[in-house]
Amino acid sequence: MSAARRLGAEPSRITRGLILGVVGAVFAIPIIAMIQFTFRNGLGGDNTLDHWTGLVGEDAARTYRGLLQAVGNSVVLAIVTVGIVLVLLLPTMILVHLQFPKLRRVLEFICIVPITVPAIVLVVGLAPVYGIVVRVFGSGAWTLAFAYGITVLPYAYRAIQSNLDAVPVVTLSEAARSLGAGWPTVLRLVLLPNLRRGVLAASFISVAVVLGEFTIASLLNRNNLQTALLQVSQSDPYAAVIFALLALTVVFGLLLLIGRLGAPRNRRTE
Amino acid sequence: MTSIAPGTTATATGAAVELEAVVKSFGTHRALNAIDLTIKPGEFVALLGPSGCGKTTALRALSGLELVDSGRIVIDGVDVAAVPTNKRDIGMVFQSYSLFPHMTAIENVEFGLRMRKVAAGERRGRAAEALDMVGLAAFAERFSHQLSGGQQQRVALARALVTRPRVLLLDEPLSALDAKVRVQLRDEIRRIQTELGITTVFVTHDQEEALAVADRVAVMRDGAIEQIGTPEELYATPRTPFVADFVGLSNRIPADLIDGRVVAHGVGMELLGEPMDDGPVTAYIRPEDVALASEGIRATVVTSSFLGSLRRTQVALSDESLVSIQHDVDVRPQLGDVVFLRLKGAAVSAVRRTT
Repeated sequence: MSAARRLGAEPSRITRGLILGVVGAVFAIPIIAMIQFTFRNGLGGDNTLDHWTGLVGEDAARTYRGLLQAVGNSVVLAIVTVGIVLVLLLPTMILVHLQFPKLRRVLEFICIVPITVPAIVLVVGLAPVYGIVVRVFGSGAWTLAFAYGITVLPYAYRAIQSNLDAVPVVTLSEAARSLGAGWPTVLRLVLLPNLRRGVLAASFISVAVVLGEFTIASLLNRNNLQTALLQVSQSDPYAAVIFALLALTVVFGLLLLIGRLGAPRNRRTE
Repeated sequence: MTSIAPGTTATATGAAVELEAVVKSFGTHRALNAIDLTIKPGEFVALLGPSGCGKTTALRALSGLELVDSGRIVIDGVDVAAVPTNKRDIGMVFQSYSLFPHMTAIENVEFGLRMRKVAAGERRGRAAEALDMVGLAAFAERFSHQLSGGQQQRVALARALVTRPRVLLLDEPLSALDAKVRVQLRDEIRRIQTELGITTVFVTHDQEEALAVADRVAVMRDGAIEQIGTPEELYATPRTPFVADFVGLSNRIPADLIDGRVVAHGVGMELLGEPMDDGPVTAYIRPEDVALASEGIRATVVTSSFLGSLRRTQVALSDESLVSIQHDVDVRPQLGDVVFLRLKGAAVSAVRRTT
């Protein structure tokens, strides 16, 4: 039996190229279509830059004020959601990993559950809760971050957990403690630098999820990037697609940053 | 490689360490069963025993990484049983590589000094000196993944020693290394420990390692210390069959206890350990206490192995019990040869035998 046919053998160059081509096409075709659409001049068939240039200037600022406000809301939501992940989820996961390993399955179950619940079902459950949230915190768009904190749990959990599994967290923290470090110092100087990749991945994936979220915001009557894009698309579909492309670019950029910033210092300096 | 001058990074003398009736349980399993251990300042004590005997738990209790259920852990006269690890002023080297991966070797060594708020200049100097002590001055700027296993453990040793801890705890630090590096580093640990005079507790399951480096060896079994003594004492006068079996090689030979003396194949031997009533026993006899002879106990050669400076041959007696003997390499018995053995009559430990 030849090596190429052996089960589990590395695929041939052609197979690799084919897989890459198909996966690439799945991503690229809609994006190329969106880009092409933004240059289309109505149904005439010719191309124009007017849709892009129309987004610049005072008139545009007035026209798209709601959208800009929604972008601001989404940025705030992304920051608060990441804050929730970093302040609540990360320390909890580290604590469970170090001190209560038997609870790991329970924590995993709790964190994965939201992915199995459709957003619409989540909203039905969250609606009465938000009645209380509004009374306590007001009706600001940022309060959606409490719901987003739940929706991003599966992604953030996976990103952090894979990093926790890859690093000998227990040994490193015990070594640091034997050298005189208290728990806050262990966390700051030893664990976080080694969990940087997982933490950044969790943060950026959370940002990506928040920037792309529509259902919860729409059903809870909050204004975010996606709900504003929908509104804009009803009056100017070209502008909506252009803003969607820009949002996509920002998210892609963020995800690429994970690879750069997330690489540990010892690898980057090689 | 330099040695550490007293008063620079060396500890003048180590601390006295005492474990008094220390008990530690994990659920229903009692890992430490009211263990008592006294270690003199500057002494190198090895905790030796099979897996699950409680040696690592004892070390972790001493370090504070495991809190004990009851008992006292006294370092220099102060009970530290309730003191957290980071306040105990200990140095520890772990079995698995524990260097901080995001720091260079010298930054790792500096870490403990940083925690003690030593000024940056002094910190760097002392860390460099410690790395020099373990022969890794040239590797200061390397990250852990750029170092071999042996080098990583040397850095870990420098990191543990640079803070001048009162006690150095070594938790099987050589077990992940290959045989040659293990022997080199073992000797180096002993050299540095002797130079610094630091009280050291070394956990290992390798009896050769323990006997080679320690001033005293505590053989542990089921959460208790079975016997503690110098390597020579443990080897020559094991008080229990377990120790005789665990420390060095022992032949189990059926014998009888007559008037308090062990008699096997007509040879009388002094009984080590607790006295027993007369009756059938199994005697634990060292290979070097059995010799090849021109007449005596008849046996058949089963295997013969060349061990460098000597040869070890295993023979089967008429009752089918197997006996190992050590002899000159020039004598080369062949499989199936009939040979004769002579017991030298050295003192032995024994356990009651049910017939």
